[in-house]
Amino acid sequence: MNVCKISSLHKSFGQNHVLRGIDLELNSGEILVLMGANGAGKSTLVKVLCGFHQADGGQIELAGQPFAPLDASDALSQGVVTVHQSIDDGVIPDLDVATNLMLDRLTRPGAGLMVRDRHLRREARKVAESMGLKMDVRSRVADLAVADRQMIAIARAMARAPKVLILDEPTSSLSAAEADRLFALIDRLKTQGVAILYISHRMSDIRRIADRIVCMRDGAISGNFDQSPLDYDAAVTAMLGHRMTDVDIDPVAGEKPVLSLRGIPLQMGQPTVSLEAKEGEVLAITGLLGSGKSKLADTIFGILRAEGGEMQVDGAPYAPRSVADAMSAGVFMSSKDRSTKAVIPAFDIANNMSLPFLGAFSRMSLLSPAQQTKAVTAMIDRLGIVCQSSSDGIGTLSGGNQQKVMIGRWLMKDCRVLVLDEPFQGVDIGARRDIGRHIRATANSRATIVFVSEIDEAFEIADRILVLHEGKIVGEHRNENVDLDALIAQVSGASAPNQMAGAQ
Amino acid sequence: MKNDAVIDFAIRFGFLILLVGLVVYFSLSASGFASPRSAVFVLQSVAITGILALGVTCTLVVDGFDLSIGAVATSALMLSAYSMVILEHSAFVAVLLCLLMGAGVGLLNGILIVRFRVPDLLATLGMMFLLIGLQRIPTQGNSIATGMRLTDGSTAEGTFAAGFLWLGRHRFDVVLERLVPVPVVVFLIIAVLIWVFLELTRHGRLMYAIGSNERAAALVGANVNRYKIAAYMISGVTASIGGILLAARLGRGDIASGNNLLLDAVAASLIGFAVLGAARPNAFGTAIGALFVGILLQGMTMMNAPYYTQDFVKGAVLVIALVFTFYLSAKRGAGGSH
Repeated sequence: MNVCKISSLHKSFGQNHVLRGIDLELNSGEILVLMGANGAGKSTLVKVLCGFHQADGGQIELAGQPFAPLDASDALSQGVVTVHQSIDDGVIPDLDVATNLMLDRLTRPGAGLMVRDRHLRREARKVAESMGLKMDVRSRVADLAVADRQMIAIARAMARAPKVLILDEPTSSLSAAEADRLFALIDRLKTQGVAILYISHRMSDIRRIADRIVCMRDGAISGNFDQSPLDYDAAVTAMLGHRMTDVDIDPVAGEKPVLSLRGIPLQMGQPTVSLEAKEGEVLAITGLLGSGKSKLADTIFGILRAEGGEMQVDGAPYAPRSVADAMSAGVFMSSKDRSTKAVIPAFDIANNMSLPFLGAFSRMSLLSPAQQTKAVTAMIDRLGIVCQSSSDGIGTLSGGNQQKVMIGRWLMKDCRVLVLDEPFQGVDIGARRDIGRHIRATANSRATIVFVSEIDEAFEIADRILVLHEGKIVGEHRNENVDLDALIAQVSGASAPNQMAGAQ
Repeated sequence: MKNDAVIDFAIRFGFLILLVGLVVYFSLSASGFASPRSAVFVLQSVAITGILALGVTCTLVVDGFDLSIGAVATSALMLSAYSMVILEHSAFVAVLLCLLMGAGVGLLNGILIVRFRVPDLLATLGMMFLLIGLQRIPTQGNSIATGMRLTDGSTAEGTFAAGFLWLGRHRFDVVLERLVPVPVVVFLIIAVLIWVFLELTRHGRLMYAIGSNERAAALVGANVNRYKIAAYMISGVTASIGGILLAARLGRGDIASGNNLLLDAVAASLIGFAVLGAARPNAFGTAIGALFVGILLQGMTMMNAPYYTQDFVKGAVLVIALVFTFYLSAKRGAGGSH
């Protein structure tokens, strides 16, 4: 039975067209998995559904009625309940379980002035039992395990008897056993006839619970899979996408290894990672969320200490204890998540770009604004950053141009190893090309490692592609006539040797 | 468009224009306001608060806060008196002890905040209480002066060294004889030093970066913890300088002085946000903020406004400045003068 029907939904933020006509149906008693890479528009879709954003165009029907929530509480009261990725948004950690479960009763108009604790606890116990939760309702939520907190967030949501339950990457901070408990709970809700929209790109979760898979890419639906058995590889292809790009790459095979890693453990119980990045080559490392990409990047840049194994730069042992250590060894990294980890919002372009190398633009610690401006202006020209001048505030730039500034930051000085973690995150195609071209053009004198989750981006920039899955390297490809099916199979983790043969 | 230009102009120069307006108004309506002596008097009245405010500005730059500055200043006051009057140290030793105490308190604040992850307001609030209590223990809550009776029955023989009193009482001959007092000179020197440090050096720039986005600053290799500790140490040292100057002016270890220092200093640095539309802590703004309050109070006093209206006026100025900073500047949108 159809519960929620979304048709040609549009949403833009400024010039950024995030949702470009989404059509989606949610059925009662069905778990629909929504897949999509970062920036595909999943979270925007969720935020429209739960009333956080208003749609610009298109309509949503809920149980046959038009549904256009004014705000989050309106969406809730109409029966669309969302459990967000960060659990603590869903619970109040300092209060006890009973109060958390019954919180909505306390805010309901007409609720009594005095809190009747005994009554509250009795009601809460009923809710907890119906959800199969066994903890004492008097315990403080902050003292519970992550999974329990999440269950409480869901239980609280269920107290409203919702029509639609949206779970946004609910397992991202759960262990395997905890996730199993969550899945059992989700199965239970499914039999109660709730329509469940489950957002994830963790393949093991998806295999476990999906009744149907819908993929999003660049703000549009790029695939709908409802034939049993579900075709997971096709879903991953639809999510990561592969349009033949017009970037022509003549892969360079570097010779002299610059950075070599031997026996670096990324995940418990998995083989360690060894790799070499060679002078002049651009090495792309791809994999899904949770494949260990970020951990690998952070280890190379000295943010995390390697738990074993060894690293070398130009043959010399390399064991950075801090970012400053890594930089002095000639290893630079542009972090992912620009807005939280890279941009200094209070600064202009010149200071944002020259930030890591202020020492080089100063004498006896006194900065030379003239030198700064000169070097930054040259980089602005080279990368084609659209701005009035180097003294524009960073906040006045578009996302793509901000990202160019962040990449340019690490090109200001020569280095031995340049690591770019998701350099194309939230960047339009034009800026992506500019960045890619410049990275390749300057790649001669160093080793470049690019971490990307979209396969297209790897094809656009790399000479060689490594595939990471659950903490181990499962594939290596020279970027020339790559066997796409095999690559996709490796990314999604379906590449046990026998399956490889089937995927050709 | 024209409207935007007006708002921009108002944000940028509004406070300075107000300041000039005040000066003109008081010069016309209070005779004697527009004289070198009166100008120096204003400077003298804000010098010590201004020095403390410049220190707290440094902690504001790294997105911190130092509530202990008032207590550090009064501790320096008591310590210098104790050192000279009871321990009979020289002026040099007394000053050195105070500066070390300030740096030590700053270091402790910094360590509490970066190592033990105590929120800045709470850590420095705790330190404030601790110091207020600590400075009273050696003298059992009494003020310190030559000739006071000590616990062992003897009398304190030491005196404030002449060199120490010079710091608070000497006046340099500039234009007029005995015009500019030492504290004013110290204030101006510290203001210039802090301004140069924050605006022109790479360390200052990195401190602003830390205040704006700590994680991003760490990921370009800045030693965030060290810079934060340094900011609290600067704040502690400037506060102890303020205390030394206060002690030198008073010439005794008065337990009750310096009550208003913290609030006045914080107000000056917050008013500083509004100067030139900076919308962020800055040394120039802080100095102007301190002057603004000083001029206002001096003018009002000369026009016979009662002393008990002073705090009200300071509060009103602060609120107006905060509106300037947070409402108008937010309207102007994202920008950066760095």
